[in-house]
Amino acid sequence: MAVTGILLVLFLILHMLGNLKVFTGETSFDHYAHWLREIGTPLLPSTWYLWIQRTVLAVAVLAHIGAATVLSMRAHAARPVPYAHRRKIHVNYAARTMRWGGVIILLFVIYHILDLTTGHLNPQGDPANPYGNVVADFAPERWYVTLFYVLALVTLGFHLRHGAFSAFRSLGQQTPKGERRARSAALVFAVVLVAGYLVVPFAVLTGLVA
Amino acid sequence: MNLTLRIWRQRGPEDKGRMVTYQVDDVSPDMSFLEMLDVLNERLILQGEEPVAFDHDCREGICGMCSLMINGEAHGPQRGTTACQLHMRQFSDGDTIDIEPWRARAFPVVKDLVVNRNAFDKIIAAGGYITAPTGSAPEAHSVPVAKNNADAAFESAACIGCGACVAACPNGSGMLFTAAKVTQLSLLPQGQPERYTRVIGMVDAHDEAGFGGCTNIGECAAACPKGIPLNTIGRLNRDYLKATSKRAGTPGS
Ligand code: HEM
Ligand code: SF4
Ligand code: FES
Repeated sequence: MAVTGILLVLFLILHMLGNLKVFTGETSFDHYAHWLREIGTPLLPSTWYLWIQRTVLAVAVLAHIGAATVLSMRAHAARPVPYAHRRKIHVNYAARTMRWGGVIILLFVIYHILDLTTGHLNPQGDPANPYGNVVADFAPERWYVTLFYVLALVTLGFHLRHGAFSAFRSLGQQTPKGERRARSAALVFAVVLVAGYLVVPFAVLTGLVA
Repeated sequence: MNLTLRIWRQRGPEDKGRMVTYQVDDVSPDMSFLEMLDVLNERLILQGEEPVAFDHDCREGICGMCSLMINGEAHGPQRGTTACQLHMRQFSDGDTIDIEPWRARAFPVVKDLVVNRNAFDKIIAAGGYITAPTGSAPEAHSVPVAKNNADAAFESAACIGCGACVAACPNGSGMLFTAAKVTQLSLLPQGQPERYTRVIGMVDAHDEAGFGGCTNIGECAAACPKGIPLNTIGRLNRDYLKATSKRAGTPGS
């Protein structure tokens, strides 16, 4: 769970930084998307790097989901008879929404790839012009798409907040003081990451990026 | 105080069980929760009915026998308090109180509110001990222990094995108990020889008993009457990682 999660988090950081390139203008962003396909050339044939990265991510996602499924199944098996009076919840909301949150994020990623990578669900869908795709995607009249992105990203924020803390703990964070630090670090990270993603749709919505 | 109780009644391990409603009147706020159940049981016996079976022994918060899920909270609403030390002043007149046994596959119901917590004994048997010469007590000062280690070990040693952590855990995991027992020994010099075989053995026994896996939620530490902190599980994880990377899990390696 922790190791595959960290791989996905690394991708999320790079992807967020890459997205922020929309603020450097159309040519620069499109050039960046083109460069992504050329990483490693001439050592590797064109798009090979991208496909290697996609394979690593796909394996990490599958392993992450696999581990989550095992944990969920064990949890169900461990309590065959439920409580008549629902258990009171004392601790954080983020930890309690990991499973459904994960499912929502997965559905989002599928939609998102069909939207901005393959272009099938994008109003423009021009692989040579990702900048235009993003601008067309988050146009004000398509507010429902932006809303869906916002909801998915907030879910992702909750997922990361508990996920990051939990990864520290699983990898052996062990002191009470360290626990406070790990919790704050996870919270700050989740907020910064979600904000870093959300500025893009909002910039398009408000006309800052057009 | 007059109270309505909804209590889990189950004749034996094979019975399906159900919630049964009882009325208890004239409860004093100074009674403990278990005394209130005693009052109910005396009445049931006088009426020729089967009294409610519930576990208890010390009634002073040290044996860990009392194991009641009260209104969805392990050991009831008061933090850091076992059910036997809970007083009726925590409730108000006219309240309806749901009382259930711990729910876990590893803790099968024996009768009514009594569960079998033998799974915990199996975890202890798999490594919750040290090898020490028996006989006369050794000179206490012969093995120095760093103060912070002694304090953290003592904090873990406060675990009374009640099982509230399992009952409260959404995953039905017994990791807080296991971690308390692992770290209580692994923080002390006396626990070093078996340190890495212990953690593997105890975690394996935990998983075999049918407890769920820990996802670091923290309901256990909130429910624990002895305040075992959540970071104890981090200490167990650290030992477990070391043990697996050292391949120290196999005795003799
Ligand atoms: C507002 C936020 C986001 C924007 C504007 C955005 C934008 C984009 C764009 C333009 C692409 C296509 C890049 C290309 O083909 O060159 C892309 C691909 C992708 N995005 Fe996002 N993204 C956002 C959030 C996310 C989030 C939160 C996740 C994961 C949870 C994610 C996962 C992916 C994946 C897996 C790909 C495919 C990568 C590949 O083809 O190898 N994105 N995104
Ligand atoms: S860790 Fe706390 S809740 Fe769990 S068995 Fe020990 S005393 Fe009870
Ligand atoms: S009866 Fe001993 S701890 Fe409650």
